[in-house]
Amino acid sequence: MTAFLDLQHLEKSFGETRVVKDFNLGIAKGEFVSLLGPSGCGKTTVLRMIAGFETPSSGAVIVDGKDVTGLRPNQRNVGMVFQAYALFPNLTVAQNVGFGLKVKGVGKQEAEARVAEMLAMIGLPQLGGRYPFQLSGGQQQRVALARALAPRPQLLLLDEPLSALDAKIRVSLRQEIRDIQRSLGITTIFVTHDQEEALSMSDRIVVMNGGIAEQAGSPFDVYNRPATRFVAQFVGTLSLLPATVTDVAAGTVSVAGTAVSGLALPPAAHTGAAVSLALRPESLRRQGRPGDASLSGIVRSVDFLGSVMRTRVEAAGEMLAFDAFNDPALPPPQPGDTMTLHFAPDSALVLPA
Amino acid sequence: MKKFAAWAIFIFGVVYFVLPLIGMTEFSLKMRRGVYSFDAYFKVLADPQFQATFTYSIMLALATILIGVLIVVPTAYWVRLKVPEARPLVEFITLLPLVIPAIVIVFGYIRMYNTSSVLPLTGSAFGTDILLTMGYVTLALPYMYRSVDTGLRTIDVGTLTEAAQSLGAGWVTILGRVILPNVLVAVLSGAFLTFAIVIGEFTMAALLNRPAFGPYMQILGANRAYEPPALAVIAFAITWACMGLIQLVTRFAGHERAKA
Repeated sequence: MTAFLDLQHLEKSFGETRVVKDFNLGIAKGEFVSLLGPSGCGKTTVLRMIAGFETPSSGAVIVDGKDVTGLRPNQRNVGMVFQAYALFPNLTVAQNVGFGLKVKGVGKQEAEARVAEMLAMIGLPQLGGRYPFQLSGGQQQRVALARALAPRPQLLLLDEPLSALDAKIRVSLRQEIRDIQRSLGITTIFVTHDQEEALSMSDRIVVMNGGIAEQAGSPFDVYNRPATRFVAQFVGTLSLLPATVTDVAAGTVSVAGTAVSGLALPPAAHTGAAVSLALRPESLRRQGRPGDASLSGIVRSVDFLGSVMRTRVEAAGEMLAFDAFNDPALPPPQPGDTMTLHFAPDSALVLPA
Repeated sequence: MKKFAAWAIFIFGVVYFVLPLIGMTEFSLKMRRGVYSFDAYFKVLADPQFQATFTYSIMLALATILIGVLIVVPTAYWVRLKVPEARPLVEFITLLPLVIPAIVIVFGYIRMYNTSSVLPLTGSAFGTDILLTMGYVTLALPYMYRSVDTGLRTIDVGTLTEAAQSLGAGWVTILGRVILPNVLVAVLSGAFLTFAIVIGEFTMAALLNRPAFGPYMQILGANRAYEPPALAVIAFAITWACMGLIQLVTRFAGHERAKA
């Protein structure tokens, strides 16, 4: 893969604090990559270094083979969408969208055509004459996207653009953003702390923690094959049960006296090593199948989430989350009930304790 | 009882401020014996000296506003954007003209820029006009800076700047097309206050010996009976017109936003 955007050994320190540590990432042309992580993990700082708003303490930002590390933000041809929309309040929607074109000196007719094209693309062709304060949050963010794309940037940077919107609009807008990105084929970096957004929108996810990239991979890989304990816990819901390795060759661990075999153990695992057995809520089921392992516990709480019922079962001294599709014909379990849960060994993860 | 006391204080305040104004206005209308007339006003307005000094002061007020905006808007913007920790210091500096009397400032100017100095601005009328304008900029600084800074507080300066930068805009474009239009109401408020200050200013203009409106009012007051109160009423009306314009501009902006 030839990287269109190549981040090489990026470092950023604010005073004594190292916010980004030896960050390396190559992004192919047209790829949609999400930087996912908790607050303060350095994801926004990486984005701001790509945009030119922060100067790296060391390392390089290469775009299309050209080192842009020393360029000012207005020389980088990078479109950016901010969490707070950042539309210019004194300009109409059309003027906002056309701002970058005017700055570039694009002719009036060409600029007008491009603005009309952008407004049509975001589904707001009739709102060109309105001011930002006359639009809803979702409309403002669409306009911000159109404004960022109008000058045909080589990169699109999205800094938590959906965070300020309500849940329903967030879901519809993320699909719109993805559709637009696909249709334009523009290389996009999306910063979010919302794992659902990252999983649903990205070609690739980079999970960040403490200024480093813990794992980079497809949403499927990151979710199903987390490389580190942090990734496993941060992406999706995970229940961790204390376990002890009893047979390395057979991949067997003992969880509260129950042997579970056929597991993929960490490379450094040895007999007697303390590990954690990690289980996703959706990998547990009430009806067992041949080869399944099983754990029994006491139901502590039942949360009705609409399509899904989440039950928390106390087993092996830990709380185990279990999701089942809502079936109106079946009565939900009650707190205090004893419940046996089954799982396929290959759906469980074994992480270092 | 509380309500009565509040009304009593309010009425006392109104009487305290308004009675002298009524007395002055009434006196200014008594130039013609036995009847009220605008004779004093006509006489003042027809006086070539009035027209000359008033025009001169307006020109200097406009120059003061222009220079004030050019100095204050980028400074306040830069302080908010890049050195927010310096805000208390900058605010302190902008407040200095309120505590240093104009007479001290103007004597300092005369010593610094007299004919035997490196920059002999007092050696020519134009040079002295520049000096006087700079003096007015200093006097208006607390009002202009506060107005603009308050305006900047209402917008997200950092994000708007970054948004404009990502669209290719340089500093001049950002200031001229993004920041200034969004603090225009605040700038206008500062401009009207500056205008009111410059039109009535006496000390600097008199000590630099320039034909401004303030010294003209003083000379007229020393030599005539009815014209000075007429002139005072005119000056008062100009000041209040400026205040009214600030209100109008502010309300207009508020109304525009309220339409959302």
